Amino acid sequence: MSRLNDYDKAVETYEPVLGLETHIELDTNTKMFCGCSTAFGAEPNTQTCPVCLALPGALPVANKAAIEATVKIGLALNCHIAEWTRFARKNYFYPDMPKNFQTSQYEEPLCENGYVEVAVDGVDYRIEIERVHLEEDTGKTLHVGGATGRIHGATESLVDYNRAGIPLVEIVTKPVPGTGALAPEVAKAYVAELRDIVRSLGVSDVRMEQGSLRCDVNLSLNKPGEEWGTRTETKNVNSLRSVERAVRYEVRRQSALLDDGVKIIQETRHFHESTGETSPGRSKEEATDYRYFPEPDLAVMEPSREWVEELRAGLPELPRKRRERLQATWGLGDKEMQSVVNADAVGLIEATVAAGTTPTGAVKWWLGELSRRANEAGAELGALAITPEQVAELQGMVDDGRLNDKLARQVIDGVLAGEGSPVEVAAKRGLEVVSDTGALEAAVDEAISANPAVAEKIRGGTHAAAGVLIGAVMKATKGQADAGTVRKIILEKLG
Amino acid sequence: MSTISREEVAHLARLARLEVTDDELDAFAGQLDVILESMKTLAEVDTDGVQPTSHAVPLVNVFREDRPQPSLPRDAVLAGAPDTAEDRFRVPRILDEEA
Ligand SMILES: [Zn+2]
Repeated sequence: MSRLNDYDKAVETYEPVLGLETHIELDTNTKMFCGCSTAFGAEPNTQTCPVCLALPGALPVANKAAIEATVKIGLALNCHIAEWTRFARKNYFYPDMPKNFQTSQYEEPLCENGYVEVAVDGVDYRIEIERVHLEEDTGKTLHVGGATGRIHGATESLVDYNRAGIPLVEIVTKPVPGTGALAPEVAKAYVAELRDIVRSLGVSDVRMEQGSLRCDVNLSLNKPGEEWGTRTETKNVNSLRSVERAVRYEVRRQSALLDDGVKIIQETRHFHESTGETSPGRSKEEATDYRYFPEPDLAVMEPSREWVEELRAGLPELPRKRRERLQATWGLGDKEMQSVVNADAVGLIEATVAAGTTPTGAVKWWLGELSRRANEAGAELGALAITPEQVAELQGMVDDGRLNDKLARQVIDGVLAGEGSPVEVAAKRGLEVVSDTGALEAAVDEAISANPAVAEKIRGGTHAAAGVLIGAVMKATKGQADAGTVRKIILEKLG
Repeated sequence: MSTISREEVAHLARLARLEVTDDELDAFAGQLDVILESMKTLAEVDTDGVQPTSHAVPLVNVFREDRPQPSLPRDAVLAGAPDTAEDRFRVPRILDEEA
């Protein structure tokens, strides 16, 4: 466990420089260089062939859909699409690649020199993209003999090559200086924007929890006016929240070392989801020399300008445009919209509205009660066990007067506990606003006789005092009355 | 005098996962020198304005459609493995890196 500085103190003294490398698995039907299926969740080693197993003599052929998807990503990230590009072999020995090399790209990536704009706290940050290139994913290793399935203490490893050869797009940023204390938020906003862009292109479902988007976070610190520091590379940061935490942790850790006059070593570090800490991996001094060379088994690519322009013209509405349109449609202010974006709720609210509720109703639940629940659980909003359709159904019940907000929150408890849809939960738990006016009137009469002084005040014109009686009625009905209706009855009786 | 040092040969051997004895280091350094020397002949050719070749056949844009083809049966796949367990390839533990 490293010594850590207080975050706010650290960013008063040091300026962070970020860098992000993101890997995204494409949603093609087949692998990058062979016709094996890419379907998720198949039995181990049932989606392999001579090409992806690297049997002698097998010849790879590039998947056209993967090239097209990568060009689309490049265009959406404002990149230049190469006129001439090729694959290269990245040589290393590790059992997750049966070939002893990974087919990747080196000096001639498909796409270069782009940018993404993200807004944090109302300030726009332009993240420069260095390159977008295409490569292949590795197999999955299972470590046996160790206590926790990790390599440490393992006696052997078991390999499944179903994932080996699935097209993987790597997106690398240029160093991002100038984010100051907001570095964690900017890093998170960038990955979220990237994910939304790729999702909008329909080239990957980008499910971070399934590992279809994986992030490496580079970070260095320097004092203002000084040269950039030595960076560390934190590998496999696999959720938006983790991206933020990894940056924050490295700022705190590195600044404590620098304060003590210790040099930062350029190294790979691992992120631990459970603790939010990073720990050292391989140090770059002993890092592999990948001996890249042009892949002799694959033909070079010359994406024609006509084809590139055709793809550009066919790009869908991108997230930034979409957010502007939705903000106008929903009638939200800039601040409120920023909260929606920060909570990662744009898609959730859009789907909730599409399921038939008002924007106000959808925003209320996702930014209010449901955000609170997500925070409590340390989960992301989209990972909660409630769908936009269910939220729309819930708000529909509130609109119909069948639930009040208090009962609705109890219904949410049930939905999150897996008891069914809001209608089913309300029925099972007997949660429904008492609409029987006879019963309500009796409860009001009882409250009035139990609180004569309050009743007198209301008769005297102090309507605000009705709150006490409403509270008494709500208590008597276990919260299952509609406060508005109760108020109306009280004022009718005493007004 | 070798232009390739013993250390460089040792480094290359390590990258290629080859076990090389001390005597072999000297022998290989000498042999690699001869190879490099012969290759220098090529450097005498004037290649100004010639694009580097990436492939023996002058083809570009060779792609396949994104249509699944049958994979190999798992039994056949694992039959070629030195060792298997739980329908997977069994390999010695991997050192020096944490997954
Ligand atoms: Zn295959």
